Amino acid sequence: MSELAVNMRVVRALGMRSIRQTFRRPQLMAPIVVFPTLLLAIQTGGAGGAINLPGFPPVHSFLQFMVAGAMMQSLMLAGNSGGIALAVDIEMGFTDRLFSAPIPRYTIVLGRLAGTAALGFFAALWFLAIALIFGATIHSGVAGALIAIALVTATAMAVGGIGAAIALRTGSASVVQGLFPLVLVVLFLSSAFFPNELMIQPAKAIAEYNPLSFVVEGVRGPIISGIDANELLDAVLAILGIVVLGLALSARALRHRLRVG
Amino acid sequence: METAATLPGWRANLATIAALMARAKNELLRVPGAAIPGVLAPTIFFLGLNGVFGALTQLKGFTTGAYESFIVPVSMLQGAGFTGAAAGVNLARDIEQGWTDRLLVSPAPRWVLLAGAVLAASARALIPATFVLVIALLLGAGWPGIGGLLIAYFMVAAMAAVAACWGSSLALRFKSQSAAPLMQAGMMALILTTTAYAPLLLLQPWMRSVAKVNPVTDVIEAARQGFVGGVSWAETWPGVVALLGLLVVLGAWALREMRRTAA
Repeated sequence: MSELAVNMRVVRALGMRSIRQTFRRPQLMAPIVVFPTLLLAIQTGGAGGAINLPGFPPVHSFLQFMVAGAMMQSLMLAGNSGGIALAVDIEMGFTDRLFSAPIPRYTIVLGRLAGTAALGFFAALWFLAIALIFGATIHSGVAGALIAIALVTATAMAVGGIGAAIALRTGSASVVQGLFPLVLVVLFLSSAFFPNELMIQPAKAIAEYNPLSFVVEGVRGPIISGIDANELLDAVLAILGIVVLGLALSARALRHRLRVG
Repeated sequence: METAATLPGWRANLATIAALMARAKNELLRVPGAAIPGVLAPTIFFLGLNGVFGALTQLKGFTTGAYESFIVPVSMLQGAGFTGAAAGVNLARDIEQGWTDRLLVSPAPRWVLLAGAVLAASARALIPATFVLVIALLLGAGWPGIGGLLIAYFMVAAMAAVAACWGSSLALRFKSQSAAPLMQAGMMALILTTTAYAPLLLLQPWMRSVAKVNPVTDVIEAARQGFVGGVSWAETWPGVVALLGLLVVLGAWALREMRRTAA
């Protein structure tokens, strides 16, 4: 078996472990599924009249508009939960055992990120199913749904990279958990929950440059209107930017972790 | 010096409640960082909802032109919900660490043990409420007047007591901090499936139906009245009745769980 194949087996094993961990612990699962679903229902029911505002993009329903935001919330929290789980592994000494195993160090981080990506994939399916069950349509059909799923999965992995970097740097689950409010700030300061043009300043100005807004628009476009190559390109570039940032921070944090033990 | 054991019954009970509240206060003073999420979360929700959904006031039928005035009592009550649910998480931690077992073998009545945790949560909820209120006033929310302010604070303290009863019931049933998401999600659903985001007539039909039967809708309307208009008894008493009803039901459940735990 080639070296790459062996390494990919390690990544798969660690990824499966991370998925099982999440499904076994309700405190890890709740932020990824329960809270975003609850907030989606509440915001759809409470602020659904917003689609009558002048300037609101033409949509079938507010749910159709909001589902991309719920996916973003879920994947951001999946990234945060992945970071918490990695930090717990560091605190419990499991990561030390992996460091002493004859496997490349990158597979340890990649395994965790594969698990986070799988959770992002699950979140995308979950919210698309909810949207369809409750009467929302996907304007671009199957192709649009596949694009949304791919973007959400890739973003979950990218965001997970930043969570992993913080976990490796601090080695403290409570520090990573403390980032939960920051996740909400980043979400509110993007166009995840409302069209950018209708937001209030200064949130509007910040949302315009928030990379997450580009990803949200890339996911939302195929759902509410159609596949737009420019929107898609912006989303992919934003994800790549987050990936590069996550990888750079993770590599640096991994070196730090190996130095300090 | 008199100890709780040498005091007459009612004074011993009050002394025990005061001691339990002092313990909760010490937790806050010794680990101030632990209070930060409870303060931050409602503040972020307030700023976020205001920035995101502020344009909703342009909808025909909206009762005020300032969304920050409309949403601030919701965020204050959310802070109360988070704080009360946190009392449940703390109780679950105490159960896991064996501290509650020691309390349960003491001669203190069960309702006294519960009252200590619930009243501590009520007092603690005033911290996030005040923080959110100050931020909202700085951003231009309407001054509710002394009457409106007192009503809002009363609703916050009582809502925290309701949340603490809810959290304690779950903590006693599951005996694990893993139940924390259920404590938080329950309160979030109870507070937000109301007229939290928009007036009743502007809610989606299903949400309107839920909000009409959700007792917390009356609590929100009572807490909100001073911020969006005048204060009246007609707007206040339904909120008071709703909170009393919730306290009776959830308090009875928590006591039942406590007796079951002791058995």
